[in-house]
This record gives sequence, structure tokens and C-alpha cells, in this order.
Amino acid sequence: MIDYLPLWLSLKLALATTIILLIIGIPLSYWLAYTGRRWKVMVEACVSLPMVLPPSVLGFYLLLAFSPAGAFGHFLDHYLDTRLVFTFQGLIIASIIYSLPFMVNPLLAGFKNCPPHLREASRTLGKSDLTTLRHVLLPSIRPSLITGAILCFAHTLGEFGVVMMIGGSIPGHTKLASVAIYDEVQSGHYNLANRYAIILLTFSFLLLLLVYNINHRFSKSKIIA
Amino acid sequence: MTNGPNMIQFRATKMLHTARGPQRFDAAFEAKQGEILAICGPSGAGKTTLLRILAGLTEADSGHIQIDDATWLDSNKQINLPTRHRSIGFVFQDFALFPHMTVRKQLEFALPKNADRQIINELLELMDLEALQHQHPALLSGGQQQRVAIARAIARKPRLLLLDEPLSALDDEMRLRLQDYILKARQRYQLTILLVSHHLPEIFRLADSVITLDQGRIARQGLPTEVFPQEKNSPALDIIATIIRILPLK
Repeated sequence: MIDYLPLWLSLKLALATTIILLIIGIPLSYWLAYTGRRWKVMVEACVSLPMVLPPSVLGFYLLLAFSPAGAFGHFLDHYLDTRLVFTFQGLIIASIIYSLPFMVNPLLAGFKNCPPHLREASRTLGKSDLTTLRHVLLPSIRPSLITGAILCFAHTLGEFGVVMMIGGSIPGHTKLASVAIYDEVQSGHYNLANRYAIILLTFSFLLLLLVYNINHRFSKSKIIA
Repeated sequence: MTNGPNMIQFRATKMLHTARGPQRFDAAFEAKQGEILAICGPSGAGKTTLLRILAGLTEADSGHIQIDDATWLDSNKQINLPTRHRSIGFVFQDFALFPHMTVRKQLEFALPKNADRQIINELLELMDLEALQHQHPALLSGGQQQRVAIARAIARKPRLLLLDEPLSALDDEMRLRLQDYILKARQRYQLTILLVSHHLPEIFRLADSVITLDQGRIARQGLPTEVFPQEKNSPALDIIATIIRILPLK
């Protein structure tokens, strides 16, 4: 009998990560797109690092950072009474770092492809940067926003290395669908592993189908992809 | 209308990096309240740069811009008023209409908070846009988009209207109609207008005075007839008229 709790936890993690990444990703990519600071390349490199880094390497360093034996983990544990290792909160923070480039890069491309005159026209109409972002830029890069959100959601859903290192496999707390597949294979329950895998495969495929469908529709209109 | 005191006092320098290498923009001029000042010159002469510096979209290396009693730029005193605080309307060459907003929404967006919304209906009527007010820009023709861009620029009742070759991509008939719209808008809202244009008939029809720029410097300045005396009777100023009726020969 399949346990749906890991699937539910995976969905909850993916949703929380996507929402938080939208909040972080919009100002960060806006800044990267329009700042003239030279050291922005450093920030760009840091943001994109999780794309090229083996997940286990990222997970290992996050484990060291979050561990109460380390300075940061000790600070959290001692002063804020918060523990990130082997907790769902720790999984969310690790997922945010791991999926950051999947949100920032589409948004950055959207901002960069947005005709500069749109932003300038809004300024000549007396609008602040915040009003321009909210009413002109974000609606203009709607396909990039949707692409970023869906990619983050799908990417978080499929995480394994990082979540295994940070969360382990505590049923009901940190045992996600991808970890459940691993556990079932380890126990020789190939049939159960296959069920989890089929659900994740179908879900991920449908999400990607949605991304391409949205981009195809918007590429026919004048809105910037 | 153009005999009042100087409203604009402009002086600015800027090092430009053009396709032909570095070029220094160094221009100074004055313009009167309610005037239409045409700016012309060859490609790369600095016409758009002048408008952009005036609007605060391009930062001058040094200069001074005084609009009536307000200082918009004073490099000596480190004053550089941000674009959004300058009372301008800017019409870009590519219109720069917001793709997701309808015609009416574009005008509503341009209005300052608590402004009288009556001006929206007024502008829609003035620019013959009432029937198109719920359309998105992608569905409009070039001339219609241009009218929306002008209406949007005027909506906040700016002191200065800056038009960067607004009619360059239009045919003669549409160009004449839009010139009429610009004159109507100027009359209704007492606008002072700076117009970048290459089109001599347009300059003679609209402008009270002209500046010609060449390699970043003002080459000539004065009334259109003074700046282009040889063109006054030239074929470049074709008479364009509308045939009302053709009567059969008796």
C-alpha cells in the first residue's frame, strides 16, 4: 500500500519554496538586470552555482553550516531555539538555495528582454521604480514569471541529494517522495518505488508541458518571454 | 503665444560613444513658453541625446537646465532632478506603449494620484480614440499607436512635451492628421513642445523656431525661414492638399 505522506510533503515543500523564491527572486533579478555595479557578476555566479554543483556537495556544506556543532547552527540553536538539520524548515532553506537559479535566470532574461523604453516611459510619466516594476515590468514579463515558478516547483519536487543530506528520511517530517523511492528500492519494494516514480514522472511532465504551452502562447503575443 | 519670457534654459555637455567614434555633445539654447521648437540635423548629431538629457533619461557630464524657476540640472551644485519629478511628456520613436494595457488603461496609468479623471475622456475625444479605448496596442495601426502615445504623454499635463521623431514612420496623409492633433493638443493644454524632425514641411508647419544640430553642436538657430532660407521656396515644401470633389468637364 502506497504511503501518500511523502508525496504530500514533497508538494508542500515545492509550494513553499516556489512562493519564497518568487518573493526573493523578483527583487534579486531586477537588481541584477539593471544595476551597473561591477561586482554583480559575483552575485550572478553565486546564484547559478547550484546548477553546476553536485547536489551532494551543496547538501554537505549546508549540513555543516546548519549543524549545531557549527557556528551558524549553534547561533540558531542557542539564540533562536531553531534547528535546521533534519527538519522541514531546513529542507525549505536548502531548497531555496538549490532552486534559486531556476527562478532568477528566467526572470533575469525577462527583464533583460523587456524594451528599455517601457521602463523609461513609465519614469517620464512620473512613476516610481516600484510602481514601474509592479504595473509595467512584471505584467510584461509574465511568461518568465510563470516559467520560473513552474521550473522551481518541478525542480524542488525532484530534489534528492540535497534533501537527503539535510533532512534524512524521517517519516512525516523529512521523508519526501524522492527519498521514499530510494528507501523502497533499498528495501527491495520495486513495485512501490515504481508507483512513486510514475506519479513524480507524470507530474513533472505535465508541469513542463504547461511551461512550453504558456511560452508558445505568449510568443505569439507581444508580451516579453 | 511665443513672445513670453524664456521658459527653458538648457546647457549640457556629454561625451558620446557613437559608431563613428567618440563625439562630444555640447549644446545650449533657450525656448519660450508655449513654443514649438523643432530640432533637426543628420543622424548621430545628438538630437535624441538632447531630449534625453532634458528628460533626465541620460545623465549629462556637466550642465544646467532651468525650467522657469525650477532647476532640473545643475552639475556645479550636484542637482539632478530624477526623471519622474520632471514635468515632462515623452513620446518615443517606437511609441513605448505598454503591451498589456488597453488604450484607456495607458492613459489612466499616466494620471497622477487624485488627478481629475475627466482629462481621459477629453484626450480620447481630442485624439479620436474613443472607439479604440478598450483595444490593446498590438491591434492598433502605427498612426493609432502614435496618437495613444501622444495622449498618454499629455495626460499628466506636463510643462514640456518632448517628441522624438514621432511622425517619421507615417505616410503623408497620416502625418498631416497627426500634426493637426499635436496643434490641437498644444492649443488645448498650452504645451511647450520640443520636436525632433527631419521633415521640412513639418518643421515649417509646426515649429515656431528651429535648432539644427551637427556633430553634437548647435549649427543654426532661429525661425524656420531664417534657418532654412533657401528651402522657403524649394520643392521640398510640397503643397499637400485634400481633393474634396472632382467636377466633370463641361
